[in-house]
Amino acid sequence: MAMTIHVDIVSAEGAIHSGQAEMVYAPGVMGELGIAPRHTPLVTRLKPGDVRVDTGKEMLHFYVSGGILEVQPHIVTVLADTAIRATDLDEAAAIEAKRKAEEALAGQKEEFEYAKAQAELAEAVAQLRAIEKLRKIKKS
Amino acid sequence: MAGAKEIRTKIASIKNTQKITSAMEMVAAAKMRKAQDRKNATRPYADKMRNVIGHLYHAHPEYTHTFMKERDISRVGYIVISSDRGLCGGLNSNLFRKLTREIKKQQEAGIQVDFCIIGSKALGFFKRFGGKVLAQATHLGDAPRIDQLIGTVKVMLDAYEQGEIDRIHVAYNGFVNTMTQNPTIEQLVPIIGEADKELKHHWDYLYEPDSKEVLDGLLTRYIESLVYQSVVENGACEQSARMVAMKAATDNAGNLIDELQLVYNKARQAAITQEISEIVAGAAAV
Repeated sequence: MAMTIHVDIVSAEGAIHSGQAEMVYAPGVMGELGIAPRHTPLVTRLKPGDVRVDTGKEMLHFYVSGGILEVQPHIVTVLADTAIRATDLDEAAAIEAKRKAEEALAGQKEEFEYAKAQAELAEAVAQLRAIEKLRKIKKS
Repeated sequence: MAGAKEIRTKIASIKNTQKITSAMEMVAAAKMRKAQDRKNATRPYADKMRNVIGHLYHAHPEYTHTFMKERDISRVGYIVISSDRGLCGGLNSNLFRKLTREIKKQQEAGIQVDFCIIGSKALGFFKRFGGKVLAQATHLGDAPRIDQLIGTVKVMLDAYEQGEIDRIHVAYNGFVNTMTQNPTIEQLVPIIGEADKELKHHWDYLYEPDSKEVLDGLLTRYIESLVYQSVVENGACEQSARMVAMKAATDNAGNLIDELQLVYNKARQAAITQEISEIVAGAAAV
């Protein structure tokens, strides 16, 4: 049997692939990488592209929109991004999130009003307790 | 038959409510399973990442990233995760209660607080009570995607890197089991507990392009994945809390209907008895 290397492809939203392979090809930021078993330990960022896993019988294709590749002599881990990442894209998302916050909370005070919040929460809790009690009385 | 008609309409209306709550209960039960699966699916990614970070950390003990450095605290950030919808019992208010207590502690210690909001319920809460909100994301849906969170997390991490906040916590509901949800506040940044893994062998990776850049990308993604995990877990909590709340509501509606039915029957009988006695009295008079 040919030498194999274990491959895990995972994303934040779930595991994508796990299995043995004879060779793994991945799009690194510095260029395409081919990883055979007993490759030296390596960590690299990935470009959007195709990760190919050669199992000896067939070639599996996985599209990644970036991520990080970690290689140990017998394990390859692809930490795949499911979203396309770029500095300016992330920046835009951040600005959007800020804008939304400002829009939704326009004209409100800076300081958190602890007393008011606590009073209201205490009231809610009291209500819940009262309901519980009523329920118990009804049951008995 | 005074009042009998009113009672009848009331029973009918409660029956309608009961139908709705029992439907909601079933929907929540179905969604809960999916949410739990989703929560379990996020685990491998974070675990792998923690391994790689652990390796990096041991290979380069001299290089500490800003996300790993403790500093003096004058301002803390909270990422508050809540549900988008109500009717889920005390889920959100329990979390907010724990949070307000924590905020009070910070305020007493002279520490300022900033917020980052995920979920409409938290938004409503901070709208009422104020607080400096840096970023928000709402309406993530039942299956949140990580790209919906990138922006909000980045705002907080940027603020941390620029020294505007010195610590980031995440507040969410931890899933214990279907009946129990545990409001949790965890420290997110600086990252804690990475160094305790004992790694004896000293080997290092090759880095492409270089170690700093790789570590930067890794840590950002790691933190994002932790926030994502919390969001997904909170989602599972929301569904299970809703399921329990709706089950209680359905049971209560059933009790109410039973009671009203009894009152209705009594009223009906009283009316019949009265009619008979009137007829008898009328006949006697003739």
